Amino acid sequence: MEILLQQTVNAFALGGTYALLALGLAIVFSIMGLINFAHGELMTIGGYVLMYCGLAGLPFALTVGLAILSTTLAAMLMERIAFRPVRNASGATMLITSFAVSMILQVLFQNFISVRSQPVLLPQLLSDSVRVGGFIIGVNKLLAIAATVVMLVFLDWFMKHQKTGIAMRAAAEDFAVARLMGIRANSVIAGAFALSGLLAGVAAVLWVSQRASVDPLMGFTPVLKAFIAAILGGLGSLRGAVAGGFALGFIEIYLAAFLPAAWQEFRDPIGLGIVVGVLLLRPNGLIPAASLKAQKV
Amino acid sequence: MTPLLTSSSLQVRYGPVEAVRGVDFEIGEGEIVAFLGANGAGKSSTLNALVGLVPVAGGKVAFAGKDITDAPAETLAPAGITLVPEGRRVFGTLSVADNLKMGVYAIRDKERIAAAWDRVYSLFPILFERREQFAGTLSGGQQQMLAIGRALMCEPRLLLLDEPSLGLAPKIVDQVFELMETLRRQGVTLGVVEQNVARSLEIADRVYVLAGGRIATQGSAAELATSGQVQNVYLGGE
Repeated sequence: MEILLQQTVNAFALGGTYALLALGLAIVFSIMGLINFAHGELMTIGGYVLMYCGLAGLPFALTVGLAILSTTLAAMLMERIAFRPVRNASGATMLITSFAVSMILQVLFQNFISVRSQPVLLPQLLSDSVRVGGFIIGVNKLLAIAATVVMLVFLDWFMKHQKTGIAMRAAAEDFAVARLMGIRANSVIAGAFALSGLLAGVAAVLWVSQRASVDPLMGFTPVLKAFIAAILGGLGSLRGAVAGGFALGFIEIYLAAFLPAAWQEFRDPIGLGIVVGVLLLRPNGLIPAASLKAQKV
Repeated sequence: MTPLLTSSSLQVRYGPVEAVRGVDFEIGEGEIVAFLGANGAGKSSTLNALVGLVPVAGGKVAFAGKDITDAPAETLAPAGITLVPEGRRVFGTLSVADNLKMGVYAIRDKERIAAAWDRVYSLFPILFERREQFAGTLSGGQQQMLAIGRALMCEPRLLLLDEPSLGLAPKIVDQVFELMETLRRQGVTLGVVEQNVARSLEIADRVYVLAGGRIATQGSAAELATSGQVQNVYLGGE
C-alpha cells in the first residue's frame, strides 16, 4: 500500500511534466498544424540557463525565472525565424523544418557549450525529502506536482477568460473564420509559441531538478514522450494533452514499479503497447480535438 | 447610387480550376444585392475572395474608395466589411458570449463595444438567454443568428452573407429574410448569396446571376422577377 502511494506521487510528478510538454506541443499544433520537434531544444535552452545562472551564483528563484523567460523568448524567436516562412506550407514541410531547427540547436549546444553532460547546481532543499503521514516524498516531486497544478490552473484561466486565450481557442477551431473576425494570425501564432515556450521552461526546471545535469540531447526523450502523450490524449486537444501526459506518466511509473523483474526489459514495449491498445479503441485519442469534429460535419 | 464595393474582372482560381472568370459588379451603399446561380457558378468563391479568404487571382476590388484586392482577411473587419460564411461556422467549443466577443475582437473603443453588445442582444434576445451555452449546442437556426450576430459585432458597413437560409426550417428562413430587411433599414449594406431565388428576388434591390464563373444576367430584382431570365440561367436555356 505504501509503495502504491509512493509510486502514485511519482507518477503524478512525471505525468505532470509530460502533461506540460504535451500541452506546449498541442497548443502550437491546434493552431497551425505544426508538430514542433524542436520543443525539446527549448527545454535544453532552459537547462543551460539554469546551469549558467547556478555557476554565476544567482539566487535559485531568479534563476528559475530567467530560465522560463529564456525558453519563452526562444520559442517566439523560433517561430519568427524558422516557422513563419513555412506557415502556409504542408504539414510535412513544417515537420521537417522543426527537425532542422532541433538538429541545428543540438549541434550549436555541442560545439559552443559541451558534448558532455554538465552538472547543474541546485539548492539542497530540492534533494531533501519530507515525511507526510508515514511515507517519504522528495521535495522535488512535491514541487513538480505543485508547479504542474499552478500551470494548469493558470492556463485554464487564460484560455477561458483572457481575450487572447479565447481567440487562440477560436483560431484552433476555425482559423479562417477567426481571421474574418479581425484576429491577427501573427499575434495568435506568436502567442501560441510564447505559451508553449513558457510550458517548456517550467518543464525544463522540473526535469533538471530531478537529474541535476544538462546535456545537448536532454530535450529529446521527454519531448518524444510528450508527443506520444499528445497523440494518446488526442492531437490538438488541450485537455487531451493533459490527460495523455498523466496517463503516460502513470503507465511508465507503475510498470517500472510493479512489473516482475524478469519482465522489466520489456517495460517500454509493454507501455507503448498499452498506448496502441487505447488508440485502437479510441483512434482520435482520449479527448479528441474540436477541429476534428468540425471537419466531419 | 454611390458604389460601396466595386469588383472589376475579379478572378479566383483553385489550382488549374478557374472558379471565377472575371466578374464585374457593384454594391451600392444601402442596397441589398443578391448573387444567384446554380451550384459551382462561383458565387461563394466571389464572396470569399472579397474578404480575403481565398486569394484573388486577377482583377481588382475596391471598398469605400480603397483598394482591398490583396488585403489580408484580418484587416477587413476593422475596415467595415465582413462575411457570414456558408454553413455558419460558429466556434462550437466557445460559449455564445465568447463567440460574440470574438466578433468585436478588432475594436478597442469601449463605447462602441458596449453599443455592439446592446444591438446584437436586442436583435437576438435568444442569444442573450443562451449566452453561457456552448455554441455547438445551439439549434441550426440559433447558430445562424449567432453567426450573423457575431458578424454584426464589428458594426460592418457591408455585410456579406453566404447561403444564410441553407438548411434551416421554413419559419427560420422567414426570420432570416426579415432580418436582412431590418438590417438594411438600419443602414447596413448587404451582399447575399442565396439558393432561395424567389425570396431573394423579393428583398433584393439588384441581382447578379452567375453561371460558369461569369455574370450571365444582371438587373433590378423587379425586372428579373417578371422576365423569367433567372429561371433560364438555372435551366441552362437562353
